[in-house]
Amino acid sequence: MTVQDAQPKSLFAAQEKIYPQRVFGKFRLIKWLVLGVLLGLYYVMPWLRWDRGEGVPDQALLVDLPGRRAYFFWIEIWPQEVYYFAGILMLGAFGLFLATALLGRVWCGFTCPQTVWTDLFLFVERWIEGDRNKRIKLDKEPLGVRKIGLKLAKHGVWLLIALLTGGAWAMYFNDAPTLVREFVTGQASSAQYGFIALFTGTTYLLAGWAREQVCIYMCPWPRFQSAMFDERTMLVTYEEWRGEPRGKVKALGAGGEKLGDCIDCGLCHHVCPTGVDIRLGQQLACIGCGLCIDACNGVMAKIGRPTELITYDSLYNQAQRAANLPAKHRFIRPRTMLYAAIIALIGAAMVLSLGTRSRLDVSLQADRSPIFVRLSNGDIQNGYSIKILNMVREDAQYDIKVSGIEQIRLKVIGQPGSLVSVPGDSVGTFRMLLHAPASALSDDSTPIKVTIEDQTTHETSSHDAVFRGPAK
Amino acid sequence: MAEVERDLATGVQTTGHEWDGIKELNNPLPRWWLLVFYACVIYGLGYTVFYPAWPSLSGYTKGILGYNSHADYYTDAAAAAEGKKQFTDRIETLGVDQISQDPQLLEFSLAGGQAVFNENCAQCHGVGGQGLRFYPVLADDNWIWGGRLADIEQTVRHGIRNADDPEARQSLMPSFGVDGLLDKAQIADVTEYVVSLTGAEFDAAAKDRGAKVFAENCVVCHGENAAGNKELGAPSLTSNIWQFTGDRAAFAAHINAPRHGVMPAWQGRLSDDLIKMVTVYVHSLGGGQ
Ligand code: SF4
Ligand code: SF4
Repeated sequence: MTVQDAQPKSLFAAQEKIYPQRVFGKFRLIKWLVLGVLLGLYYVMPWLRWDRGEGVPDQALLVDLPGRRAYFFWIEIWPQEVYYFAGILMLGAFGLFLATALLGRVWCGFTCPQTVWTDLFLFVERWIEGDRNKRIKLDKEPLGVRKIGLKLAKHGVWLLIALLTGGAWAMYFNDAPTLVREFVTGQASSAQYGFIALFTGTTYLLAGWAREQVCIYMCPWPRFQSAMFDERTMLVTYEEWRGEPRGKVKALGAGGEKLGDCIDCGLCHHVCPTGVDIRLGQQLACIGCGLCIDACNGVMAKIGRPTELITYDSLYNQAQRAANLPAKHRFIRPRTMLYAAIIALIGAAMVLSLGTRSRLDVSLQADRSPIFVRLSNGDIQNGYSIKILNMVREDAQYDIKVSGIEQIRLKVIGQPGSLVSVPGDSVGTFRMLLHAPASALSDDSTPIKVTIEDQTTHETSSHDAVFRGPAK
Repeated sequence: MAEVERDLATGVQTTGHEWDGIKELNNPLPRWWLLVFYACVIYGLGYTVFYPAWPSLSGYTKGILGYNSHADYYTDAAAAAEGKKQFTDRIETLGVDQISQDPQLLEFSLAGGQAVFNENCAQCHGVGGQGLRFYPVLADDNWIWGGRLADIEQTVRHGIRNADDPEARQSLMPSFGVDGLLDKAQIADVTEYVVSLTGAEFDAAAKDRGAKVFAENCVVCHGENAAGNKELGAPSLTSNIWQFTGDRAAFAAHINAPRHGVMPAWQGRLSDDLIKMVTVYVHSLGGGQ
C-alpha cells in the first residue's frame, strides 16, 4: 500500500466508551486497601488539631496563604523557606522514578489520585447501573424512566463525592470547622465558594467523564515514564511464550494443533479500566493496575491451568522463560541505586536543615544613595536597613553588634541604644546608622559583620556587609 | 478491506503509510479534544466581547461587562487607604516626637515618608538626601537650621527664604563686597581666616588681620568660634561640610556676594500627616539630632 492509495482516515476519533468489568483478586484487594487508606487520609487530615498556643491556627496541616505560613504539625514554614516545598517535590519525583524503575507504573495503577477517584466513581457506577453487560445494555436502551432514574442517581452520587473532595481540598487552606460552618450557612467568601465549585467540577469531570482519557491524552507522565524502565523492571506482562497460540477451551487437547494457555476469553480486556488488551504488548495506555492479572488468574484457576499467565514480570525474565532458562528478579541495579541514593541525599539534607534551622534570621541592606556621608567632624557614616526575623512565638529583644572596624559606632533610629524589640512571629525592620573615623577605614569598602543576639536565649545570627567610604 | 496491520512494539494499528521503512501509527486524537479547542476559540472571542479588547481609531471597545483595570485599581487604592487609616489617624493627632517614639508609627512613617520625599524633595536633595550641588545634604549632621524633629518640621512646613510664608525661615548674609561693606583687602584677609578654619594651608599674617575683620562683621551671626547659629540660620564654618563653598576662591566669592538657597513651603501642598511622615523620614536619614 502506498501513500497515494491509502484510505483517507479521520484525524479525530469519537471516544470509545469503556465498560470495565468487576474483578476479584489480590490486586483488586490491594487497590481497595490503598484507596481506603488514601481517601481516608485525604478527608480526615484537615480535621486533625495541633495546639500551637494563643492566636495561632490549631490545624495540624494548614497552608495559611493570607498569613503567609504553612503548618505541618510541629513544623512551621515561612515564605522564604519554600525550598522545603521544592525538596518535597524533588523527593516525590525521585520516589516516582525509583518506584517506576522497580515496579513499572505502580503509581499510576494504585496511588495516582486520578486512578483512585476514578476507581471510586466506577464503583458507584457499578453499584447503581450494574456490571459491564448491564451497563452496555442500559446505554443501548432508549431513554425511559428507569434509565433516567439510574443516570440521575449515579450523577447525583458522583457530584456528592466531588463536592466532598473539593470541599476537603479547600480545608487544607482554611480552618476546617470554620469553613464547613460558613459554607453551610452561606457565609463563606465568594472566593471560597468559587474554589470549592472549581475543585468539585474538576473532580466530577475528570473522575466521572474523562477517566482513562486523562491517562492516555492529558497526563504528561506516560510520555516519558518508559525512560525509567529497563529490561529488569517489573511490568504487567502477558507471558506470550506460554499463552500463544491462543484458542477456545474446546480446542485444547482436541488432538489437533497444540494451543497455548490463553483461551481468548477477553476477560483481561474487559476488566481493564483503560481498555487495553495487554496481550498486544506494552502500551502507553496500560497504567499497570494489575486487574487483568486478577481476571486471568480467575480464568486459569477455573480451567485448571497454572495461574500468572498475565503477571508482574520483567522483560528479561520473560525472554529467559520463553527460552526455558532460569528467571530471576533483580531489584538492585545501578539505576535503582542511583535513584535511592539521590532520595537519601535530599531527604537527609532536608532533615538536617529542618533540625538545625535557626528561628532567627537577620538581613541587611545598605543605603545606595548616598553610599556614604561625611559628618561635620570628618567621620564617615553609612546607613542600612536591617530586618530581623523572629520566627518563634515569643517577643524578643536583640542586641545589635557590629564588628570589623574598631572604632565603629552604631545608632538605631528610634532607639536609645543598640537594643531592639521584635514581637513574636514577625519581622522587625529598623534603620541603622554606622559611623567611623575616616582613618579607621581600610579602603572605599571595608568588610563588616553585623550580629544580633537574642537577650534571653543568647541565640545569635549574623550578616556580612561592607562599610563604604572615600577611596584611599 | 485491507488487512489491519499492527505495530509489534506498541500494538497500535498502522495507517498504511510508510516512509523509508518507518510506519506511521494510527493514533487519532479523540474528537472531544478537538471540540475543546473550538470551545476555547469561542471562549476567547466571547472574552473580547465581555471585556475591553478591540482597538479602534478613537479608543477601544469597552466590553459589555463594564470592567476595566483602572476601576479595579481605584477600588484597590481606596481599600489600601482604608487600611492605612488606623496609622494616619494617629499620626494626625500626635506630634512628630511622639510619632518617632512609637515603633509602629515610626516604621509606617519611614516607609510613607520615603515615598513623599522621593516624590517631592528628591529633585533638589537627591534620593536618600545625598544632596545635589548647592542643595544641602540631609543625610549628614550639619544642620543650618537645626536637625531636631521640630526644626525639620518647621522647615518643611514653611520653607526657607520663601516670600509667600511669613513664618518661613529668613536669613540673609550681607553682600559684603558688592554693597561696599568691606573692601577687597579686608575680604582677602577674612577669606584667609575662614580658610584657616578648614585646616588648609594659610597665610598667617593675613589670617590674623582677617580674624579682626571676622570679629567685627561676622561673629554676630556665625559666633565667636565660627560654630554657627542655628537660630539665625548661620552655618558653622568649622565643620567639614560646605554647602556652596569649599575653597579659597569660593569663600571670597561668597563673602563678596553670597548665594541664598530657597526652599518652598510644603504646608498646603502636602497634607498634615504627610508632612509629619516626611519629617520623621528626613530625621532618620542620618543626621537627626
Ligand atoms: S492492561 Fe492490565 S494492568 Fe494495564 S491498565 Fe489494563 S488492567 Fe491494568
Ligand atoms: S484473561 Fe487470560 S485467558 Fe482470557 S483472554 Fe486474557 S489472557 Fe487470555
